[in-house]
Amino acid sequence: MTISPLQLRHVSRSYGSLEVLRDLSIEVSHGEFVAIVGPSGCGKTTLLNLLSGFNQPTSGVIERTGKSRMVHQQDGLFPWQTVSENIAMGLRHVKNKEDRRQQVEEMLRLIRLEGFENSYPHQLSGGMRQRVELARALAGDSDILLLDEPFSSLDYLTRLRMRQEVSRILQERPRTVVLVTHDIEEAAQLANRVIVLSERPAQIRSEMSLATPRPRDPTHPEVVQAIRQILTELNVESDSGEYETA
Amino acid sequence: MRKSGFIRSVALPLAVVCAMILVWTLVWRSGVFHPSAFPAPLDVVRGFGEEARSGRLFTDLITSLFRVSCGFGLAVLTGIPTGLWMGQKEMARTAFLPIVNFFRNLSPLAWIPFAILWFGVGDASPIFLIFLSAFFPVVLSTMAASANVPTIYSRVAKDFGMSDSEKLMRVTLPAIMPQVVTTLRVTAGVCWLVVVAAEMIAGRDGLGFAVMDARNGLRTDILVVEMIVIGLVGVGIDRGLQQLTKIPSIRWGYEK
Repeated sequence: MTISPLQLRHVSRSYGSLEVLRDLSIEVSHGEFVAIVGPSGCGKTTLLNLLSGFNQPTSGVIERTGKSRMVHQQDGLFPWQTVSENIAMGLRHVKNKEDRRQQVEEMLRLIRLEGFENSYPHQLSGGMRQRVELARALAGDSDILLLDEPFSSLDYLTRLRMRQEVSRILQERPRTVVLVTHDIEEAAQLANRVIVLSERPAQIRSEMSLATPRPRDPTHPEVVQAIRQILTELNVESDSGEYETA
Repeated sequence: MRKSGFIRSVALPLAVVCAMILVWTLVWRSGVFHPSAFPAPLDVVRGFGEEARSGRLFTDLITSLFRVSCGFGLAVLTGIPTGLWMGQKEMARTAFLPIVNFFRNLSPLAWIPFAILWFGVGDASPIFLIFLSAFFPVVLSTMAASANVPTIYSRVAKDFGMSDSEKLMRVTLPAIMPQVVTTLRVTAGVCWLVVVAAEMIAGRDGLGFAVMDARNGLRTDILVVEMIVIGLVGVGIDRGLQQLTKIPSIRWGYEK
């Protein structure tokens, strides 16, 4: 195994006097799927913006080897481009037109949207749009996939289906993945490692690993066990008799 | 179902037009207005034939359309880049927004005396006035649109390693197109109003001058002919620009 594609060393980030992230050190190894969960407003999106290089940390070092692509919560597709054109964005380095067309076709097959290549995003359902975004991020030579609550705008059943899709697609196109989510079940069902963040300023509260290979069922004992553990970490586990909505 | 809808969409407006002509005829017959001040519908039809045969209607129409095209085209070509610049650079916005707003609210017709003094009567004066009518609205709308392009598109552009010029051409411009097209439609309408006024005062030809000429000759029938043509062409211009909203890469902005 070579150097890890994503490394954070003592990373902090503040906005003025508001301290959002405090002294985070995370190392993501090649091909790993890391999920980051935490209470809402804890700075998960700030963390992703640092990981993607869109923002810089106030202090600390982020080392990234390879190209990263982000899948956004929603509306990350260019509405003026067709499905094909959006996916082809990730293939601009491919000089040969025919090669590019073939790779777009392959991606369409992968996300099961053959026949929609000339549709525009506003003509698709929310789940289809997120699949196209996934395809756009996976097309071509990206190494790291950053997922910013990619299914949070979808209904529950579609979300379950999208998790299966992600598992299937990653089997065909392995990537190093960082998923930021407040959906604990999603994290436990997909990730090899779950990092639980504290409230702002966010620090790492705990980490857990899951060994069961994907695709996993949401009722798999290890998944259920992980969900229980995360809930306890976030103080929303029902056995504790305590409910917090933070 | 579709067919009957089409018939209805033609028949109903046509009925309204017929009713208007009927009212017009009745008012003419009643003698409320002196015949020299109120032409009969048939006189207008004859006047139309006269104008069409002499070819003057056609040349006036071409003259006016040419002036609008020049002034409007010039305003779009300079206004969109200026608006983009002001939308992206806060300094530029702070510096120029008040003055742009000032000229935006100053009626272009107030410029007519200066236009005549500087450019005389001919093509240049109306073109200058039309340019003024279109430039400032286009700048303001482009500026507002480009300042409000969602930041998520910038992130995507960065993720995919776009250069600044690539981002401008492939992200910012397409993102603002729906709003720009809406402004173009409104502004073209204003330009069509302004060209008539400009030619009435500072023209030797064009539809506006023809209106003034008909007035001077007490030819109220010709006056109505010109009015009908001006109105119809205005509708035609808007319909033409409306086609832009049907371009697939622009249409998304008008959905939902």
